Amino acid sequence: MPADLAGTANAVPAVVRVGVERAADRSSSGIGFEDVTVAYNGLVVLDSLTLAVNPGEIVALIGPSGSGKTTALRAVAGFVRPVRGRITIGPRDVTNVAPHARNIGMVVQNYALFPHMRAEENVAFGLRARGAAADVIRQRVPECLRLVGMASYAKRYPRELSGGQQQRVAIARALAIRPQVLLLDEPLSALDAQIRRSMLDELAKLHRELPSLTVLYVTHDQTEALTLADHIGIMRDGKLVAFGDAQSLYRYPPNRFSAEFLGRANLLPVQALVATGGGMARVRFRDGAFVARNHHALPDGGECLLCVRPHDLCLAPPDAASNALTATVKSVQWQGDMQSVELDVDGHLLRVSCAPMHAPPSPGAPLTVHFSATQATLVPETMVRG
Amino acid sequence: MLVWSRTGRALTWAFALLLFAVLYGLPIGVIALASISGQWNGVLPSHMTLEHYVNALQGDSLEQLHVSLWTGFVASAVALVSGTWAALALRPLARLPKRLLDVVFFIPSAVPSVSVGLGLLVAFSRPPLLLNGTTLIVLIAHFVLISAFTYGNVSAGLARLPIEFEQVAESLGARPFYRLRRVTLPLVTPYLIAAFSLSFALSMGELGATVMVYPPGWVTMPVGIFALSDRGAIFDAAALTMVLAISTSIVLVGLSHIPTRASPR
Repeated sequence: MPADLAGTANAVPAVVRVGVERAADRSSSGIGFEDVTVAYNGLVVLDSLTLAVNPGEIVALIGPSGSGKTTALRAVAGFVRPVRGRITIGPRDVTNVAPHARNIGMVVQNYALFPHMRAEENVAFGLRARGAAADVIRQRVPECLRLVGMASYAKRYPRELSGGQQQRVAIARALAIRPQVLLLDEPLSALDAQIRRSMLDELAKLHRELPSLTVLYVTHDQTEALTLADHIGIMRDGKLVAFGDAQSLYRYPPNRFSAEFLGRANLLPVQALVATGGGMARVRFRDGAFVARNHHALPDGGECLLCVRPHDLCLAPPDAASNALTATVKSVQWQGDMQSVELDVDGHLLRVSCAPMHAPPSPGAPLTVHFSATQATLVPETMVRG
Repeated sequence: MLVWSRTGRALTWAFALLLFAVLYGLPIGVIALASISGQWNGVLPSHMTLEHYVNALQGDSLEQLHVSLWTGFVASAVALVSGTWAALALRPLARLPKRLLDVVFFIPSAVPSVSVGLGLLVAFSRPPLLLNGTTLIVLIAHFVLISAFTYGNVSAGLARLPIEFEQVAESLGARPFYRLRRVTLPLVTPYLIAAFSLSFALSMGELGATVMVYPPGWVTMPVGIFALSDRGAIFDAAALTMVLAISTSIVLVGLSHIPTRASPR
């Protein structure tokens, strides 16, 4: 029996989170992927993944369906075995360790609460499976249910709970065993938009209360990743195509795919790059020139992509040194608190998100949009990692 | 709903009831009437009596009921354990080998039960496998004939069980046997009960193989019914048939009322 579960060494904490957090501090561990490759019948679904999740950090893996993000998570959980490479949790190589011996907590998309057990029995399951002492179970189950705000639902069966409540119980169940790492596999994707936003806030709050908990979060929703994650990894076709802290990755995407996947950036092909100092560069587009950030220090004279986010395009110049671009309006959509305008620039689509307009432009009309040089960045067509 | 009009639904129901009455009601009704008949020379029987039931519930007939129930329970229980084991073991296999093994399992169901009885008789009539004339060979015959259905039922239940339940259980630290006991089996309990019920019903009515292998001291009810019919004691055979049907039904109804925590309340 793990020492953590053997008796009542921890008194019942005055503040609920303290007990859970204290244990997390003791067992705080990172996750390491070293050249991990997973293949099914010769088909490579995860290709040479090397990635480190630091202790206490939330790392989100995002990507389209089939990109390998869930496979990476399942490899950590032990449900798929890599054909090459090693996986570590803390200092321990768990590549060939059985799932039940990895000390992980896992929350999946459909919650997977055991339907024949009440909420409290679900939360106690992991503790009982590990042979925890009865007094430890009596203490920790209500503690974890209180942590996720479900203490008053302890006696209910999963079918008597809403989707959001089930997800909270699933999180409490994963936390009850005080795992070294928490694996979240699209935990919010089965919830409706309103509850999802609320649960997102709850998860952020939970991590503030348990700052030493290491979390690997798999999602296809960029908002979830940007809201929660310290670092984001973007996956495509089984490969990690970008990795970095959430803000940098959003502001300075390292390649076309990352820019398009994370935030639906506008990308225009530009040429004849000339560095102008201060991390800025001038590029040519059609007959005009733009100034933008050259964060990736792209070499002079080359071709690259100009990346501008839809909300960074304005109808009026934002500052004296802003860039201007004239395009043709394709469509205008009112979306309540904002207006979305699609523009055509020499066959390239440009999206503008702005405040609702009193007199929106008509499709076919010319429109000049402006963007600050500091809000635009130059992106190489292909470049691995951020 | 496939039929929308009220008249159409009424006609469909009438046709279904007619079909049911002819295919199910008529044979059962005839047997039920025969079981309380003293004579049957016309369209309907005459000289109604319960004497055949008195005969069916005493002496050799009562013993046959015990034998049938015992054989049904033991063979079904063994088939349930082995069928569940096989379904769990074959579950992770790739599609092709699993399908091949499925076929192997179902072969005994595809051949006449008399042939299965004959095969067992030949196979187990010489040392060192000398089981001819023992109770065990009857149990084996029933097991061979019903195990495919048990396996099929449990496999269907496992196929419908989302893999996430077991994976989450494992991630929480449940070892394989603990996971099986606390998660997998409780979640497929309705299928286990259905498998046992079907096996039991099949075993209770099994005649072809049993008549080939049964020893003198282990006569099941179907064999008894066959023997009575053969001797011309049709009304006694009918009463015994009703006792068999009612006793099987009681067990099946009892099984269907076993509460399963996995089922909705």
